[in-house]
Amino acid sequence: MSLEMIGITVLWIFLYGYVIVASIDFGAGFFSYYGKITGKGEIVNKVINRYLSPVWEVTNVFLIFFIVGIVGFFPDTAYYYGTALLVPGSIALILLAIRGSFYAFNHYGSKTSNVYLFLYGTTGLFIPASLATVLTISEGGFIVEEGSQIRLLMDQLFTSPFSWSVVFLALVSVLFISSSFLTYYANKAEDREAEKVLRSWALFWALPTIFASFLVFVSMRNHNVEHFNAMLNSSWLFVVSMAFFLAALGLIMQRKAYGLAFLFVMLQFASAFFGYGQSHLPYLLYPYITIHDGVTSSVMGEALIWAFIGGLVLLVPSLVLLMKMFLFDAKYVKGQN
Amino acid sequence: MSFDPATLSRILTALTLGFHIIFATIGVGVPVMIMIAEWLGIRKQDPHYILLARRWARGFTVTVAVGVVTGTAIGMQLSLLWPSFMKVAGQVIALPLFMETFAFFFEAIFLGIYLYTWDRFKKPLYHWLFVIPVVIGSSASAFFITTVNAFMNTPQGFTLANGAIAAIEPIKAMFNPATPSKVAHVLASSYLTSAFILAAITAWSILKGKGGEYHRKALRLTMIWGLVFAVGTIVVGDLSGKFLAKYQPEKLAAAEWHFETKPQADLLLGGTLDPETQEVKGALVLPGALSILAGGTTNTEVKGLNDFPQELWPPLYVHYLFDLMVILGMYLAVVAGLFILARAWKKKYEWNPWLLRSIVAGGPLAMIAIELGWMYAEIGRQPWILRGYMKTSEGATMSGDVGQMLILFALLYAVLAIVSTSVLLRMFRNNSPELEMQKRGIQQ
Ligand code: HDD
Ligand code: HEM
Ligand code: HEM
Repeated sequence: MSLEMIGITVLWIFLYGYVIVASIDFGAGFFSYYGKITGKGEIVNKVINRYLSPVWEVTNVFLIFFIVGIVGFFPDTAYYYGTALLVPGSIALILLAIRGSFYAFNHYGSKTSNVYLFLYGTTGLFIPASLATVLTISEGGFIVEEGSQIRLLMDQLFTSPFSWSVVFLALVSVLFISSSFLTYYANKAEDREAEKVLRSWALFWALPTIFASFLVFVSMRNHNVEHFNAMLNSSWLFVVSMAFFLAALGLIMQRKAYGLAFLFVMLQFASAFFGYGQSHLPYLLYPYITIHDGVTSSVMGEALIWAFIGGLVLLVPSLVLLMKMFLFDAKYVKGQN
Repeated sequence: MSFDPATLSRILTALTLGFHIIFATIGVGVPVMIMIAEWLGIRKQDPHYILLARRWARGFTVTVAVGVVTGTAIGMQLSLLWPSFMKVAGQVIALPLFMETFAFFFEAIFLGIYLYTWDRFKKPLYHWLFVIPVVIGSSASAFFITTVNAFMNTPQGFTLANGAIAAIEPIKAMFNPATPSKVAHVLASSYLTSAFILAAITAWSILKGKGGEYHRKALRLTMIWGLVFAVGTIVVGDLSGKFLAKYQPEKLAAAEWHFETKPQADLLLGGTLDPETQEVKGALVLPGALSILAGGTTNTEVKGLNDFPQELWPPLYVHYLFDLMVILGMYLAVVAGLFILARAWKKKYEWNPWLLRSIVAGGPLAMIAIELGWMYAEIGRQPWILRGYMKTSEGATMSGDVGQMLILFALLYAVLAIVSTSVLLRMFRNNSPELEMQKRGIQQ
């Protein structure tokens, strides 16, 4: 495999990791606010807090890793995206900052506050929307280079149906992924009431997820035919994704094997995410940056890959330990520890 | 000064970094103090030290949160505000930036484990072991990020021909001449500042009349380590001076208003400068001291600013930043030294209110020294963003929206500062050490 392929594959895997863990986190924040205002707070919140507390910081690092990595492997992205995304990037940053800090304030501070919870819950929906917009922009047509000036065409972005369908997909995916995970977690915690509520949420958001994916698929055709055709060429991945979705839905409906169901949800998103990513190549930004001409020097690329391998050797055992202690430790999950 | 995008980008970068560094400093230093306190508690089987570690760790969670979000901001702003710089420099310094994220990862994972497993192990030592990766992770991330900053001061490990970068050597770029002194000074000053902040909080409580055993132990512990780190910071600061004299002489010369290259150069404290005649009035002159700072003997020749074209001079007001940092360094060492002397000499002087007040002042002053040090280091590098290769104005974004973003971020940091302070205050007021000792059945 060439250097640029290794680089983009690694980064894409991390972005996928971020999508999953961040969705759980974002959705959980939203549910916990929703639970509070509808009075279902107690049950759901307990489950959510026990999961979130030890891991929220780890979630954030996934994002940092992706950003630092893409600029490291493909320095041109810093130039194009950096220049064009000053405003939307800053806004996303401010939302992330509010969310992270108010979570900690609410959780570690001695009094929980409805304002903190509100900020925490709602930013969790705006952030995925704004981050997903970067993927929209990467499809081309929204960033233009005029001489030495790089501009983002904001009004086009705001009026494009494609752009809105991506935002819609991001929102419903977040809610679907997190409710199916939390159902599993509540079940493990043997918290029947929370399980019931969360399961009904998972079922509620299942169909909109598929509908939104379909919308994106269709509007892609109008926006970027080249990418649309490439997606058709790897359509088998999307069929596989659909199959995983149906399997997961079936299990949740029958109240069976929630763990397996969540694994299927992960696979559903993995196959769609990699189908999308693979067909996006070689472009990082239509039509300005491809992975071939945007890649860093081979010396630096190799150094980064070695650093990456070294980092994994350190991180994988640590992550396994973290999960063992909090996610899969029956006593902790049930709140006895 | 006109407010072009480059100037605004500098202000926004300085604002974010200046805010981040407060929390970053705490993030690097406080785990070390937690590690020491818990270790003492286990070894002496003294619940006071364990409680100390526990309470510090609890406050730490709030500062870490702000450190993480502001760090995320600076990480993204590097690309948003300095796209041309990152496009060039990113090719050479991607490695330490990348490794820094691993260090964060490592730290974040073990911090989560440490915070939630206080009473989970039969052997308390197992719990203590989890703080070690946190210390390693946070100090390693300081190390990596500081190599990046060192690279901006003394770039090496690449060649530049016609705007294209070639012959990249990532390791050589990381271990550039500025790295050893910079890393050591940044680490030592973070440990120092954290020790002093914790000491200041304790001294404040004692002044308010809460002088139990718990507080006394806390103050002795933080002051002993405060002295160690203060001496360390000064020694390494001296090495930084020697580094500057050799590799970045214009920065040292600007800090000392030193214009003519000569041996027996004097160190000036304070004073005012007439830029036309290059005459200094009203300064306290330490004869030969600049030569000692630069090379260890009064005969060391120190390069003067007149050897450099004037358009490459850093702003000359850095003199005051440097002086203040050095004075504060001396102050901290003297206060910590006095406390320890007082204890050795006559126990009752240990709790002298004036001594305690000086310790309370030492906390914020140490943080101010950090800010001054960075301002000196960064402004003293001007007009370069990559010394010798790229001017700051060439690295900046051309977007016209930086001004609005500056306002937004300033608001964000103001909110974060206010809310995090009030959360911390509430956290410790509602659950005072006395209450907590009662609850846990620890003798006061
Ligand atoms: C508590 C904080 C603190 C204290 C008491 C001191 N410093 Fe410092 N100093 C820093 C915190 C700091 C810093 C924030 O860590 C800096 C900014 C950039 C850097 O490398 O370290 C710094 C930079 C810095 C530099 C510039 C290095 C460079 O640009 O590469 C020099 C020459 C010194 N210091 C020298 C001293 C001396 C001689 C001190 C004697 C008392 C001293 N510092 C006390
Ligand atoms: C965390 C410690 C740091 C602090 C507190 C700090 C502080 C500052 C300050 C005060 C300025 C404004 C200088 C001026 O406008 O004249 C500045 C500029 C800047 N710093 Fe640093 N700095 C730090 C570390 C770094 C590091 C590690 C990097 C690189 C990765 C960096 C990159 C920059 C850039 C790109 C600028 C703008 C260009 C310039 O004015 O030089 N800084 N920083
Ligand atoms: C010497 C100066 C600096 C020190 C000592 C320092 C240290 C720290 C620490 C301790 C954290 C909290 C990390 C955690 O607990 O997970 C942090 C966060 C962060 N810092 Fe800084 N930092 C410095 C300057 C910078 C600069 C200049 C940058 C930009 C390149 C930066 C980028 C970041 C990022 C991206 C994070 C967030 C990481 C996360 O999400 O966990 N830091 N920094």
